[in-house]
Amino acid sequence: MAKKCVVVWLSVVIALASSVSAGQVGEVNVYSYRKPKLIDPMFAAFTEQTGIKVNSVYAKQGMLAKLQSEGRNSPADLVFTVDIGRLSDIHKAGLTQSVDRSMFAADIPDNYMEPNGHWFGLTTRARIIVASKERIAPMAISTYEDLADPKWKGRICTRSVKHPYMVALTASMIAYHGLAGARTWLSGLRDNLARKPQGNDRAQVKAIKQGVCDIAVINHYYIAKMLKDPEQVPWAEAVNVIFPNQAGRGTHMNVSGVALTKHAPNKDNAIKLMAFLASETSQEMYAQKNAEYPVKPGIAWSDLQNSWGSFKEDSLSMAVVADNRAAAIKLADEVNFNGG
Amino acid sequence: MANASTLAGFKGFRFGFDLPQKSWTLASVFVAILVALPVAAVIWTALRPSGDIWSHLISTSLPGYVSTTLWLMLGVGTSVLLTGVTTAWLMTMCRFPGRRVFEWLLLLPLAFPAYVIAYAYTDLLEYSGAVQIFLRMAFDWQAPQDYWFPEIRSLGGAVTLMGVVLYPYVYLLARAAFLEQSVNVLEVTRVLGHGPWRTFFRVSLPAARPAIVIGVALALMETLNDFGTVDFFAVQTMTAALFDVWQGMGSLVGGAQIATAMLAFVVLLISVERFSRRQQKVYQNVSSRFRELPSYHLEGLPKLLAFMACLLPILIGFVIPLIVLIRLAVIYFDESWTVDFRTYVLNSLMLSAIAAAGALLVALLIAYGQRLRGGRVISFAARIASLGYAVPGAVLGVGVLIPFAYFDNSLDALMREMFGISTGLLLSGTLVAVVFAYVVRFLAVALGQVESSLAKVSPSLDMAARTLGYGAGETLLRYHMPLIRGGMLTAVMIVFVDCMKELPATLILRPFNFETLATHVYWFASDEMLGEAALGSLTIVLVGLIPVLFLSTMTARARSTRLSSGTVT
Repeated sequence: MAKKCVVVWLSVVIALASSVSAGQVGEVNVYSYRKPKLIDPMFAAFTEQTGIKVNSVYAKQGMLAKLQSEGRNSPADLVFTVDIGRLSDIHKAGLTQSVDRSMFAADIPDNYMEPNGHWFGLTTRARIIVASKERIAPMAISTYEDLADPKWKGRICTRSVKHPYMVALTASMIAYHGLAGARTWLSGLRDNLARKPQGNDRAQVKAIKQGVCDIAVINHYYIAKMLKDPEQVPWAEAVNVIFPNQAGRGTHMNVSGVALTKHAPNKDNAIKLMAFLASETSQEMYAQKNAEYPVKPGIAWSDLQNSWGSFKEDSLSMAVVADNRAAAIKLADEVNFNGG
Repeated sequence: MANASTLAGFKGFRFGFDLPQKSWTLASVFVAILVALPVAAVIWTALRPSGDIWSHLISTSLPGYVSTTLWLMLGVGTSVLLTGVTTAWLMTMCRFPGRRVFEWLLLLPLAFPAYVIAYAYTDLLEYSGAVQIFLRMAFDWQAPQDYWFPEIRSLGGAVTLMGVVLYPYVYLLARAAFLEQSVNVLEVTRVLGHGPWRTFFRVSLPAARPAIVIGVALALMETLNDFGTVDFFAVQTMTAALFDVWQGMGSLVGGAQIATAMLAFVVLLISVERFSRRQQKVYQNVSSRFRELPSYHLEGLPKLLAFMACLLPILIGFVIPLIVLIRLAVIYFDESWTVDFRTYVLNSLMLSAIAAAGALLVALLIAYGQRLRGGRVISFAARIASLGYAVPGAVLGVGVLIPFAYFDNSLDALMREMFGISTGLLLSGTLVAVVFAYVVRFLAVALGQVESSLAKVSPSLDMAARTLGYGAGETLLRYHMPLIRGGMLTAVMIVFVDCMKELPATLILRPFNFETLATHVYWFASDEMLGEAALGSLTIVLVGLIPVLFLSTMTARARSTRLSSGTVT
């Protein structure tokens, strides 16, 4: 009986183990921090065009640890992230390899490529201010610095300042105002909060609609997402969209991007997929389906993006933002931002 | 084998199952060490230097994190203790209307993942939720400033909701313990003139204490490892700090150190409890299980109170969130019900079933190994392995990654060197890793059940069986397993339900193109798209219900009496 048991167990184990085969010809393996809903259609388009199958696994945490422990046998070829932080973490951990930048010279602007080609931005997202149409006059608030103005006391909502999007914004404030200046700004913003930081970007807009607060900071494409959900349309319609700092340095941008792993077993296919995602077809999909800003110049925007018009982007190097992240998180602790 | 037959005198080998005692112990030690590996990997990671993270944390947010965590644990602990023990006692010893139905209804909240219930209640109780909208209409309030309403996204909210989904652990274990009470002892206390309250505090409660403590410990460990709920409610616990350090500051080492500190705290708690009852050992008189327990017939106010005490946790922990989910699932049904969705259901069922069986086997092996021959190594490894339950799932996921990848890469290097072939990653990135993670994560549940059941079997039974010539394995198979069948089933069922709900470790360890219900729900839920997540959440709950219902019939049958007669007033 024991032997039978062992046999059964072994066969289960073998069956499970063989259920996955990585590294075959005609495949590319993807570790993704990016939710499958948007990226899957692009993978499907890629497979249709090239016959190369895309295997993906999505997680919000632990991809770096996974790559690291798997080492040279890791099946992963590409890593997708939705912010600069994780891209640069993976790069700094020595888990990436460089790709010839000249391949993307026509598609990706310089400040969205790592100087040695270790990561590439595919889309950009603007960190915008939204303000209640009813309760905030147009142009009453126009810069990130304004958010710390005491006149907005009790009227601002944000998500946790330790979320990667807020961390990147704070990191850019450190770059422009120094640590002390950024600290003053962050504690000013904290004092203006209407409630303890909570929820995601969408939840902040909802809070404005509800009258909990009047001003929030969000990523721009959430507006597009809300306009697609009947229940959330009224939330999105309750706010004006403000691209901050137009008279100065421009609006803070973050990138979603991709990196080729150091031990990519399907390197050629992986580079093909990268090229595909930087190409016109995919860049247009990013804009049309998710209202993200394509990195490639000259791509048609979605109607919503067109309605907002063009704006000045902060040209601060993504690498600088990445370097200031740890300091930004420490600032958040120091001013006890999330403690509310 | 030789050893066993000399011990027993003759005939060691029957069924081909009868390993000699020494091999049993060795196998137990080996398995215990194996399942202890992930936690050991976390602790090992924590040993590396992490720079100035601690001095930064201590001077800023750590004190707040620690006190919030302690309050959360105190709150949830008190809540599950009161709810679990009260309901278990009422079910076992009292008669009042609805008792039969409550008996299994009380288990239902177990099927709800805490994060799902958190989403559901936020949907209901936040400013734009149905409750506040109704209040505003009723009292003609206009803005949030016009009235006070408890904030659901708070420490209090987290305590309430976690308490209400976690009390079934205590209820289950306490009820099983109460059911196994010796009728003789209860009769003696009655003869001595003790009323129901004194009987409870002087006799039943002390006897059930080990089981209750295991229940509370499980609930508290689950509280500690939770990230979904506290993150959603913006409650700053140690787990939140862990993720700040790991994800935000990019320091896995720092995160592992926080995890290790939390583990040390759990170990301390458990040791204190064990130490405080080091002299107690309660063996059940086997025959008394088959006699009827006396019960108290409730009338008037006590009847009403008992009824309410059982109804309330069911309402809050099951009925209300279920209604919220059903409403959303209906609205978003077309977007949610896809071909893929059905695959996810099957994936979840398959993984959970395999992991539950695996956890039971490992628990039996370890518990019986301990019974056979104690030994420091095995009990230490068993303790370490049980700690997997107190580690946040994502951290445990990394803990599983490390030894698996180490094994795969070492084997690969060896094969390359000797035969020039690469075996690549054999186990990492496969479902084996996921199942293993589940077993490690939920071993505490299975082991707690099996250990406490086994502990009640008098050692004289072992001695008798061995004297009769049965070997260690056969004694387990023929005598212990039938006796502890109830406990084994409970273990399998709880682990199954827990696996259905498991999310963070699954996310990290699952293979390419593979989703479970929980990971599927997470795509939406993490984006606060509760509507799209509703059908998946509902399915997790409904599938989780099947074993819960099965479980309740088993617990009831465990005592083969009809409690309808033989009442005591």
